[in-house]
Amino acid sequence: MSIAPNNSFDPPRPAPAALGWLAFLFFIFTQVYAVVTSPADAMMGHLQKMMYVHVPAAEVTFAAFGVVLLASLHFLWKEDERADLLAASAAEVGSLFCGLTLVLGMLWGRPTWGVWWSWDARLTSTLVLFLIFVGYLSLRSFVEDPHRRGQWSAAVGILGAINVPIVFMSVKWWRTLHQLPSNPRSLSPEYLRGLLLNLAAFTLLAAWFIWRRYEAARYERSAEHASQAAALGGYDG
Amino acid sequence: MAFRDDLRRTRAIVWKDLTTERRSKAGFNSVASLGVTILVLFGFALGPDAQMLRDAAAGALWLAVLFAGVLAFNRSYQVELDGGALEALLLYPGSRWAIFAGKLIANLIFVTLMLVIVVAVGIVLFQVRIPAQWPALLGIMMLGVVGIVSLGTFYAAMSSRSRAREVLLPLLLYPMLIPVLLAAMEATKAFLGGDLLNASGAWVQMLALFDVIFLVATFLAFEYVIEV
Repeated sequence: MSIAPNNSFDPPRPAPAALGWLAFLFFIFTQVYAVVTSPADAMMGHLQKMMYVHVPAAEVTFAAFGVVLLASLHFLWKEDERADLLAASAAEVGSLFCGLTLVLGMLWGRPTWGVWWSWDARLTSTLVLFLIFVGYLSLRSFVEDPHRRGQWSAAVGILGAINVPIVFMSVKWWRTLHQLPSNPRSLSPEYLRGLLLNLAAFTLLAAWFIWRRYEAARYERSAEHASQAAALGGYDG
Repeated sequence: MAFRDDLRRTRAIVWKDLTTERRSKAGFNSVASLGVTILVLFGFALGPDAQMLRDAAAGALWLAVLFAGVLAFNRSYQVELDGGALEALLLYPGSRWAIFAGKLIANLIFVTLMLVIVVAVGIVLFQVRIPAQWPALLGIMMLGVVGIVSLGTFYAAMSSRSRAREVLLPLLLYPMLIPVLLAAMEATKAFLGGDLLNASGAWVQMLALFDVIFLVATFLAFEYVIEV
């Protein structure tokens, strides 16, 4: 509505495909490396290998939602539509990794704790984070007007991000008051290298996903802008 | 003074909303009845055992208030949209927060009245023993309602103007309300149990803190969601 077609909606520069391949191959390498080099854990055996996918997925989740928060703030501040598209792309990729984190955590929890789920603060707040961003993505799909969609989803994204530490704190209190044991885990240094490499690989891969998704979103929007301008009779490109 | 004008605007909106509600009564009656119905359903889910019901009373009460309250939030904007009145409201000069404050206070009164009915019925149905510190319990209930209503009024400003508002509001609102609900439920539960462990104080503080955070956040963000 109030967004005029402007130069920012020239189609984006495409992301170099080599970068995607690089991220993918690096990811394969770090996975193999971590699995091969780490010895079996005294307690968990080879189940420990789950750490190399679960922990990086969780880290990428929080990084992606950090991007949503920053891009949303930037959008409200500068009204730059690209920030809104970036927030949406990061939210999609973040939700994917958040779901992956939860599923991988459950697969690990079943043999380790004997249960698929525990109402632990970290687990519960990750689940709530997932639900908040499912709401965020549904909101986007239910609102057509791009400006309105941008404003609303930015507000929902910012409030959702604020809420995550609050949920964590409240669930932690809830558990503490109920006197239930927590599951402290510590990491011995011989596993650390594989983990750090995988953190890097996951971050690279997620950045690539977000970039591609953002690129697609920009193509969509620039096509919309073009058709809007053509309908108004003023577009000759 | 501009601030005083905004306060007058707020008061006018509260008055308008409550008058509409008072004259039709249909909205309040149906929402309160729904709250009571939900309590009855919880009663069936939790079984006839008296102790079980008493233990679950706090959670059931809050969920009944939440589920019924959600309808009130969407309604509060729906009434405006039907007559095209929201645009007119936005065209009047003055700060946008006055609109939010007006809607918020009107919803607060609406939900509080509903809470009175739901709690009264809940005390009977769930065989709750009224504790000696019942005035403190009223304070907790008010804090909980403020949390639910501030976020509810805020998200309804969006959901009521989107497609699929019936599903969108709960989907956005419920995960956001988890901290408020958790604190309200735990504080209520502690008080209903006589608060032997002195656990309620911390929950009440948390609840008050969440209320402040969400009130400030929604007041700041409302400007952006109502403008378009």
